[in-house]
Parts: sequence; C-alpha cells; structure tokens
Amino acid sequence: MAITRNADAIAPVRSSSVFSIWLARHTSTSLGALGRLSRQPFASLMIILVIGVTLALPAAINVIVKNMQSVSNSWSNALDFSMYLKKDLTVSDAEDLANLIRQRADIESVGLITADEALLEFKKQSGFGKALNQLSENPLPHALVIRPSSGNTGASLTLLQEEIRNLPETELVQVDTEWVQRFHAILDIVRQAISIGVVLLGIAIVVIIGNIIRLDIENRREEIEVTKLIGASNAFVRRPFLWTGFWYGLLGGAFALLLVQYGLYLLREPVSRLAGLYQGKITVASLTITESSAIIGIAVFLGLFASWVTAARHMRRIEPR
Amino acid sequence: MIQLNNVTKRFPGGQEAISGLSLSIDKGEMVFVTGHSGAGKSTLLRLIALIERPSDGQIIVDNQNTRRVKRRKIPAYRRQIGMVFQDHKLLYDRPVFDNVALPLIIAGVSYRDAGRRVRAALDQVGLLHKEKQRPATLSAGEQQRVGIARAIITRPKLLIADEPTGNLDPDLSLEVMRIFRRFNEVGVTLLIASHDITLIDSLGCRRIALEDGKLQQEADPWQ
Repeated sequence: MAITRNADAIAPVRSSSVFSIWLARHTSTSLGALGRLSRQPFASLMIILVIGVTLALPAAINVIVKNMQSVSNSWSNALDFSMYLKKDLTVSDAEDLANLIRQRADIESVGLITADEALLEFKKQSGFGKALNQLSENPLPHALVIRPSSGNTGASLTLLQEEIRNLPETELVQVDTEWVQRFHAILDIVRQAISIGVVLLGIAIVVIIGNIIRLDIENRREEIEVTKLIGASNAFVRRPFLWTGFWYGLLGGAFALLLVQYGLYLLREPVSRLAGLYQGKITVASLTITESSAIIGIAVFLGLFASWVTAARHMRRIEPR
Repeated sequence: MIQLNNVTKRFPGGQEAISGLSLSIDKGEMVFVTGHSGAGKSTLLRLIALIERPSDGQIIVDNQNTRRVKRRKIPAYRRQIGMVFQDHKLLYDRPVFDNVALPLIIAGVSYRDAGRRVRAALDQVGLLHKEKQRPATLSAGEQQRVGIARAIITRPKLLIADEPTGNLDPDLSLEVMRIFRRFNEVGVTLLIASHDITLIDSLGCRRIALEDGKLQQEADPWQ
C-alpha cells in the first residue's frame, strides 16, 4: 500500500492516458461550476453585470479616444499652410514662384489663388458683395496654398515654413495646425488616465470575484472537509472554484463587449449625421478582433487570478477535523 | 498492517489523548478498539488516517512510516484507506451514486467508468436500488451503508471505522457488522472503534481496550 500515483491506486479500472483523465476532470468540473452558477441565476447575473460594467467603462473610453485620434489624424495630414505674397507681385510672378516651390522634394503641391479669385470668393462667402464693389482696387494679395509632402516631420515642417517665410516675395505665412497638436497632447493625457483607471478597475474586479469565491468556499466548507477526508488533494478541491472564477471572467468580459458594441451602435447614427454636416467620411471604428479578445482575455485572467489567490489561501486552512 | 511504537498524542492544552501506546495489527485482522468516550479511540483512528500527527512515537501503516508522509502526500495516503464515520459524512446536495463515486472521481476515474463499480459497491451493502436518491431521504442505517460503500469502492486493504454503529439500533448495527465481516473474509484489514461490547463479543473478534490513552488489556477470545 505504498503511496502511488492516482491512476495506480486503483488497479482494475480501464487504464486511460494521463491527458484524457486530465481533460475529463476539467470538462466535468467546468460544467459543474457552470451548472452551479446557473442554479443561482440572479446572484450570478448581478456579478457578471458588475464585472461587465467595470470592464466596459475603460474599453468604451478607449474606443472613443481611438476614434478621436483617427479623426484628428486626418486633420493633421492636412498640414497645408498659406503664403501671402507681397502686393507688388503680378500674377505671372506668382505663377513662377509657385512653379519654383513646386519643384522642391518636400512639397507635395502648390495651389495659386490669385487676388481676383480671392476677392470673388470672398464676395460670395462673406455676403459683403455690394460693399466690396465700392472698392477702387482689390485689397487682397495673391496667395499660395502649400501642401508639404507627407514625409515631413514636425521639425522639417517648421524649417520649411521658416524658409518660405524668409523668401523675399513673402508677406506673411500662416499656419493653422497648432491646435491639432494640442488636441493630440490632450488625447495622450486621456490615454494615460485610462491606463491608470484600468489598473484600479482591475483591482476592483479581483476583489469582487475574490470575495464571491471566498463566500462560496465558506458555504461549501463541509463538502471540502469531507472530500479532503477521503483523499482529495488541494488541487482537486480548488478546481471547481478556479472554474467558477473563469466563468465569471468570461461571461463578464463578454457582457462588457456587448455593452461597448451596443453603445457604438447607438452612436453610429448621430456621428454619421455630424459627418454629413462636414461633408466628411467619419465612420465609427468599433472594437477590432484583437481588442475584443484582449478584453475577454483580461477578464478571464482577472477571474482566474482572483479565484486562484482566494482558493489557495482558504483551501490550506480548511482541513478535516 | 498497522504498528504503533510508543505513540503519544498531546494536545496544545497539555492533556494526552494517547500516551505511550504500542500495538500491532496483522494483515487480514478484524480488530475492535473499545473504551469509554475520551479513552482515545477516535484519536487513534485519526492518527492512522493522518488527520492528526503523533507528538511522539512511530506509526507504521503497511510498511510505511507515517512520519515520512509529507503534507502534500497526505491525500494520496488517505486514498489507500477506507474510512467510515459515525456521522456518515455524506454530501447531502447530491445523490447516493455521486457520494459513492466520489473517491473514484478524486482518483481520476471518469464518471462513466465509475458507474459499474459504484453499482457493485452499492450491491454489496444492499442499496443498489437507491442510487438516485438523496442521502437525506434514507434512514440512518442506509446512510451508514452508503458511507461504507464509499469507503470500499477503491478496494482498500485497510478500512477504519469510527463508531460506525453509534447511531444505529441493534438490528441495523448487526447488519453493518455483517457487512464488515464479509469484507474481512476477502482479506480487508479492519480497525473499528466501538463501545458496543455486547455486539463485539457476539462477533468474536480481537479487542483492543483503551483507557486514558493506554492499553487496558488485550482480550483475545482464542486464548
């Protein structure tokens, strides 16, 4: 009767491989844990709800930030700046200059808006048409709209703008994109805040699941004692609780996904209306497969971690008396 | 099968439940431990089952020094011993079948494979037709027999029972003892704690009488 491994301890049973024993054990324990959850549907649902909402919060903020970033990226690609020419330049001077600048490698395109065109446009847009007609001469200069090539960095852009500013023909260079950079900085702060929030919420989930598991263990104390008495190892008595944690995590994560996707679905309509106003093509980016599986993965990990820590702590304490 | 050399069990308060006890039980014996409550019967069985550790002395079970069984190995050690308790220690939230199958499930036998053996064990204690019932719906004697079926399902060489008939009337007690007797006849070593002297005497087995944690006398009916 020397101590042997489990399978040997009971000789006349059909021998199955270690793996299939392992698999069979886990399958039945996991289903058992799921069955246990379904027998208290209300309590289980509440816990899943709490986990889902807790996870959905940072996930949703993350999606919003991501969408804002993609929108602002399309702005920052428009790095155009305007170059207003000195009044004494003629149209052909301006054309020559435009051609000259256009040849530079770091310039994608140069558009010329002549003074006449500008005035026409201004009359149309401003509504001051009649008043402007009173002007004896066109007060507007010719202007070049310069679009740098996309290969430019922030530093090379500044340099380019400086060069243009120093050209003798230049009256004024106007850059409109500074606020885009500020917006990006704000988004970075929000992202940072989210990652801090995620850690805190993660801790909250671990505490919640840990507590539930602890209560579950207390409720089943007698059962644990009896099974240990007839030879169950700590691993054996721990297993159902690990599966309980797993299911809480999985179902809570799935619920969080559902919440986020539903929220995005609700946003789709107003966003496309807004996009219509801007003649833009703003679409709401939803969670990618990777992000979705990350949410589920994190949820499952938290559930398993919480139940493992709790079960390991309490199992040792419960010994048959 | 079981050998105790000068075993003492002292509790934190300082009182000794077992003091300097030496005894030996051979393979295939059926032995009763008797004595008043508090004489150390339960403690003796608990020491053998490694629910308690001795403060002093040596316990050898099936050529194995229990002192060398590490904490981590206790479950594997217990799986080799069948145990029957006075209060049955059944799980009341699941049917008889699951209760009896539990030791097999713990040992890694699949639920399906366990079925044949569960029915064989239930048949041996005469409860084959009750496998789907909950323990709470059974009588005390039937519950005890479920406990016995659970203890023998892994076919242990050693079975220990703490007051297995403590809650049963004489007829039921005798029936339980007859079941034990049958196991003994196929080679199982039994160590049974009981205070039911009349019943024990009628069975004609060896008796170890304890008093204040010591051996009182060894009444051997063959002498």
